[in-house]
Amino acid sequence: MSDPVLGIVTPIRIEYTFTAGKSRTRFLRALQERRFLGQRCPSCSHVYMPPVGSCPLCGVATEEELDVGPKGTVTMFCVVNLPFYGQEIQPPYVCASIQLDGSDTKLFHLIQEMPAHEVRMGLRVEPVWVEGEPEPSMESVKYFRPTGEPDVSVDARSAARA
Amino acid sequence: MRDVAVVAFACSTAARETERSEVEILAPVVREAMAQAGLSVQETGFVCSGSSDYLAGQPFSFVMALDAIGIWPPKMESHVEMDGAWALYEAWVRLQHGDIDSALVYAFGKSSLSSIHEVLTLQLDPYYLAPLGADAISLAALQARALLEGSQYTEADMAEVAARSRRDARSNPMAQVTGDASAEELLAQPYTVSPLREHDCPPVSDGAAAVVLAAGETAKRLCERPAWIRGIDHRVEPQALGVRDLTESSSTLLAAQRAGVFERPVDVAELHAPFTHQELILRDALGLNGGTRINPSGGALVADPVMVTGLIRIGEAAGRIMGGTAKRAVAHATAGPCLQQNLVCVLEASDG
Amino acid sequence: MAERCAVVGIGQTKYAARRDDVSIAGLVREAALRALEDAEMTFADIDAVVIGKAPDLFEGVMMPELYLADALGAAGKPIMRVHTAGSVGGSTALVAASLVQGAIHERVLTVAFEKQSESNAMWALTPKIPFQPPVVAGAGGYFAPHIRAYIQRSCAPPDIGIKVALKDRRNAMRNPYAHVQDPNISYDMIAESAMLWEPIRFHETCPSSDGACAMVLTNEAGGDASSRPPAWLLAAAMRSEPIAFPGRDEVNPRAGQECAAEVYRQAGITNPREEIDVAEVYVPFSWFEPMWMENLGFAEEDAGWKMTEDGVTAFEGELPINPSGGVLSSNPIGASGMIRFAEAALQVRGMAGEHQVKDARKALGHAYGGGSQFFSMWIVGSEKP
Repeated sequence: MSDPVLGIVTPIRIEYTFTAGKSRTRFLRALQERRFLGQRCPSCSHVYMPPVGSCPLCGVATEEELDVGPKGTVTMFCVVNLPFYGQEIQPPYVCASIQLDGSDTKLFHLIQEMPAHEVRMGLRVEPVWVEGEPEPSMESVKYFRPTGEPDVSVDARSAARA
Repeated sequence: MRDVAVVAFACSTAARETERSEVEILAPVVREAMAQAGLSVQETGFVCSGSSDYLAGQPFSFVMALDAIGIWPPKMESHVEMDGAWALYEAWVRLQHGDIDSALVYAFGKSSLSSIHEVLTLQLDPYYLAPLGADAISLAALQARALLEGSQYTEADMAEVAARSRRDARSNPMAQVTGDASAEELLAQPYTVSPLREHDCPPVSDGAAAVVLAAGETAKRLCERPAWIRGIDHRVEPQALGVRDLTESSSTLLAAQRAGVFERPVDVAELHAPFTHQELILRDALGLNGGTRINPSGGALVADPVMVTGLIRIGEAAGRIMGGTAKRAVAHATAGPCLQQNLVCVLEASDG
Repeated sequence: MAERCAVVGIGQTKYAARRDDVSIAGLVREAALRALEDAEMTFADIDAVVIGKAPDLFEGVMMPELYLADALGAAGKPIMRVHTAGSVGGSTALVAASLVQGAIHERVLTVAFEKQSESNAMWALTPKIPFQPPVVAGAGGYFAPHIRAYIQRSCAPPDIGIKVALKDRRNAMRNPYAHVQDPNISYDMIAESAMLWEPIRFHETCPSSDGACAMVLTNEAGGDASSRPPAWLLAAAMRSEPIAFPGRDEVNPRAGQECAAEVYRQAGITNPREEIDVAEVYVPFSWFEPMWMENLGFAEEDAGWKMTEDGVTAFEGELPINPSGGVLSSNPIGASGMIRFAEAALQVRGMAGEHQVKDARKALGHAYGGGSQFFSMWIVGSEKP
């Protein structure tokens, strides 16, 4: 009697062609021009970046576009030490919630060109773009780096709230 | 049982959408339904939705839809990884408690992102069935073959379902497929997966739908002719295809009995039959003879946004009552291979 | 008016990194059969089944309730599948209770599970979504910034997280079902473990577990007829908020506060810190304990860490938190929320064995999910409401 079969491996392969959507398409095209595009809600006037075409608070369509950033402020962040499947950057690295100037929501991205332990709330940062022609993708921003400007005071309470 | 009614329904035009994201398709549909009802999302007591991660190609895909709704201040909100018809069921149950008076139900899905019929293979038993790679069309074809061999139904009967559905779809602006071809003309087409031809199968659709439910006096206030849910029930069968009679839909019959379908004649029935032969099976299970108008919208054969199609059946049936053209309607939704799981809903006008 | 609802059966599987000894169906049946046995029922007594789990990508099976219908005795019955991200185990219990409260069914079997060893949980949580760089390394990478913000604004001592982890892992030694059970666990072991997403260390992180949890819920007559003490449902609520909007407090989310306020209101509780005897709270990373103590109104804002520091949340403390070992000791993602709800019920039934909290009469079960945006909670009691 041979050994019992405890499991089977069934490879699954499915290909998806994602739709960026109208709002995100405009955002991604703006990235090709090294611009960050936000949308303002006509009801509450908040600016969303990246935009999704709708205000999550009001449920209203957001169509008015405006540029935000490119500079911003680190609000919250963490230092990633963990290697994981699909990871493209060598740990340790800093992942931060960055509020670009003029935006009411935050962007999650990498902070580089500064030792991880020196990254702090309130740090002023700017994007570093890829060399050559940017693609319509957030990957055209390699990372954010310190601008050298003085820190902005970010109350930890409002860091979580802004 | 507390009286709960459908008071508003809206859906997108079914299509393969390359420009709009799920949120962008859903948002105007929700706004339209809320406008019809004269309610804001904030005023509803409960929000419940249906969608699928494997359809969207990402985990937690239902979360993105919340951006389209405006869930603020925080709301009682829930989600099923099922067709929106089951989200409607959950909302109906919640309304029975008596402490809230209205609910928003919505569903969305983009079948065009991948090969939907292969994705649906993943619904199968992962040890015995899924590795066979049988896609949804092939399994449906197997069921159609069983029906043709074991009943009086013919391929011509199937073609007639398609011809009728496409003709009716001409008066449905939300339909994706329309046509004037006769059953004979359709029968002249080649098989895709024998005995199914292209017209026997659903289109690949992206879409969204929203329904507003309201109870008692609130329903009467919000809608001139609310479509009252007089009965709603759902049942599942074992999945394995060899364990059940594929030519009958025993769970539809059981759900229909529990929902009270057979108490009185039915004016209109919206049946979730993505394949022509399945409409024949469902009509038998529901005892729908010539007296009932079947799928005036064209049904799933003309628009099939997976995860939404069942909710649309309820909306369409309710729409006939709200529009005053029917007094008693039945809506049906299905899930799983070969009609494995079925939901039946009986809707009536106030004087129905 | 909502009908009364009682928990009369509870079943759990042994939680482990890999349950190679059972298929997915076998895993859910193990929990379901134990719950039925506890309820002194068979599948034939059940009217409806409500099953919940996290994203299907964890097992590679789409809409698994369809495949599992047979295994759960659901043929000819209604079956529903809830998915509300991490809170799903809790929401599933609430949907099941809703069927009883709405007088739709009299006896409902509810199951939540995850067999995440079948697929790759980290991959499923961090898929490569187009148009976005893969910066976030799993759930920990998402939550670590919130934790940093909490530490900064509350001025908490830096080792509160270690103390929470130590407590939960020690509690797990009293729970035969727990996944992570290390009799040698110590403060130093945790402090010296690898830093994953600063400030979260390896031993302050939930494991990845296979497991299932099931309960049998009945109406009032079923609760009265039960030969073992039932847990009576005193309150049930769920609240959600969007993931990203201006002014959002991700550390102390309003949806969580309002969900808690709603369950306290339903249960007639005005002083939760005094009136709740024990709470099973969803703490996947150690620092969530002090954060949730504040969110749940057990402590003032910025003071939640004092409850840990002062031993209030310890097994022998005034308000034991996670006597089962919590999510830090066992984490089949889709089931974790229901395990919290079930453990709360076990406590007020007096059936928690070695991790029974003395005189537990009212217990809170709590689950959260998404970007701290989905909350489901219930309060159960030993007395009928």
